[in-house]
Amino acid sequence: MTMKFLVCISKAPDTTSRIAFTEGDTQFDANGVQFIVNPYDEWYALVRALELKEQHGGTVTTITVGEADCDPVIRKALAIGADDAVRIDAQPQDALHTASLIANHAKQGGYDVVLCGKETIDHNGSVVGGMLAEMLDAAYISLATSLDLEGGTAKAKREASGGLETVEASLPVVVSSAKGMAEQRIPNMRGIMAARTKPLQVVAPEGGTQGTSVAKFELPPAKGDCKMVSADDPSELVRLLREEAKVL
Amino acid sequence: MNCLAFVPTKNGQATKAGLEAVSYATQCGASVTALMVGELNGDGGAGAAGASKVLHMAEALQDEGQIARVVAAAAESEGATLVVAPHDHVGRAVAPRVAVRLGAGMVPGVTGLIDGASVKRNVFSGKAMAHVRMDTDTTVVTTTPNAFGVASDGAAASVEAFHAEAGEARLSVTGFESSSEDGSVPLPEAVRVVSAGRGLKGPENWGIVEELAQAMQATTACSRPVSDMGWRPHHEHVGQTGITIRPDLYIAAGISGAIQHLAGVNQSKVIVAINTDPEAPFFKAADYGIVGDAFEVLPKLTAAIKDLG
Repeated sequence: MTMKFLVCISKAPDTTSRIAFTEGDTQFDANGVQFIVNPYDEWYALVRALELKEQHGGTVTTITVGEADCDPVIRKALAIGADDAVRIDAQPQDALHTASLIANHAKQGGYDVVLCGKETIDHNGSVVGGMLAEMLDAAYISLATSLDLEGGTAKAKREASGGLETVEASLPVVVSSAKGMAEQRIPNMRGIMAARTKPLQVVAPEGGTQGTSVAKFELPPAKGDCKMVSADDPSELVRLLREEAKVL
Repeated sequence: MNCLAFVPTKNGQATKAGLEAVSYATQCGASVTALMVGELNGDGGAGAAGASKVLHMAEALQDEGQIARVVAAAAESEGATLVVAPHDHVGRAVAPRVAVRLGAGMVPGVTGLIDGASVKRNVFSGKAMAHVRMDTDTTVVTTTPNAFGVASDGAAASVEAFHAEAGEARLSVTGFESSSEDGSVPLPEAVRVVSAGRGLKGPENWGIVEELAQAMQATTACSRPVSDMGWRPHHEHVGQTGITIRPDLYIAAGISGAIQHLAGVNQSKVIVAINTDPEAPFFKAADYGIVGDAFEVLPKLTAAIKDLG
């Protein structure tokens, strides 16, 4: 049987970006920021979908909620090997909004496996996957570290307290992908060339409910100086940890 | 404000992260009913943490989709406008589904108490905080593990049997591989963590890391290169693309402190960096530092901790 994979792709500011805010600390300051494919989406969700397609046959479609400034990261996902891409043309507002837009589109798609990263490195929510599963009336494997398909069953390992659980779920399934699922793939020149002509369908948002909004952002207080202790006297460090920091 | 707390259990007792969620909601001024599913001894500890009542669904459920149906039904029957759950592996699978079922907005991984209609959480991998407004009548909130204390002065809670239609199971748990045979606390829940990187030069040298961890009842962790090279298992990798931790004390030996690593550990309450290079970026993020060779410093540190008795 051939499988239809849908991979949720977000753009996220590069890890080394300077984090700053504008408009009275209500908006992220994207000025000079380099955007990348959210690493969990790219390294784990997308690459595992491609590996499973190579094994079982089928198609890998990516889906992104965002405006035209997302197109470069979508092309990157296509260069890595996705067959086609959908962009829902809306500024994502919160997890509920993003999930409902994706679900409203995916409902007609007949996807067997929907993959997303375990969280984005900007919102760090870990929410969209679970919401999608509920909206699509599908099983959900959260924090998966491996994924295989056998007939109509998904077999996976997932993070649990003190170890890994082995689970089985019926299809369709939504999977949030964590470390261990796959290894990063670097797109080659052929992939990059092919990505230019692969279909990137832009669709209007349909529905979309929002449940929360950001009132304001705040930067953490500046870190105090690091107190240096001599390498010859680690007992002084133990004393400081016990008496000053009170963590021992 | 009525709150329904979903409290995961292990061996009939509430998990620490689950009790943190109960105490959190109490501190926010809510009257808290705890929902527990499966085996349960007494009130599972929920009363002491602040719950006034426990709803107990005796049927053991593995599929979080089923658990979410039960949580949503309990929230409705209790007239809850706040649903809390821990932001751990169970809560992450259950809470988003509950939010959808209740048509509720969700604020995941909060780090502050609810203040009016907004609540604080970390964003940008710990490099900023957001005050998130809750715009729906009912809100689902998950609490960051080890960010809030557990109260212990409450009275035992009354336990009522609860039943709700859970629907069909689509997921089953078929096995478990323990990664903490030594009985150490799993990393996401650990209060103390000792971590090491490439500076240790090879997997055969991890004894000094493990000895320090053992002396201070800490869990071991590592940097990404170390897990990529197979020196240590994947589940020990903390940092971006690995796991994020929030212990009270994080000791890093032989790790330079690349921004990707810091993203996974910068929410630790106290950070100690040990590195031979005085220019290592970790010293800028650390509270305490030792410039020195891990091979000499770690055994001395272990001895000093053992001296405390």
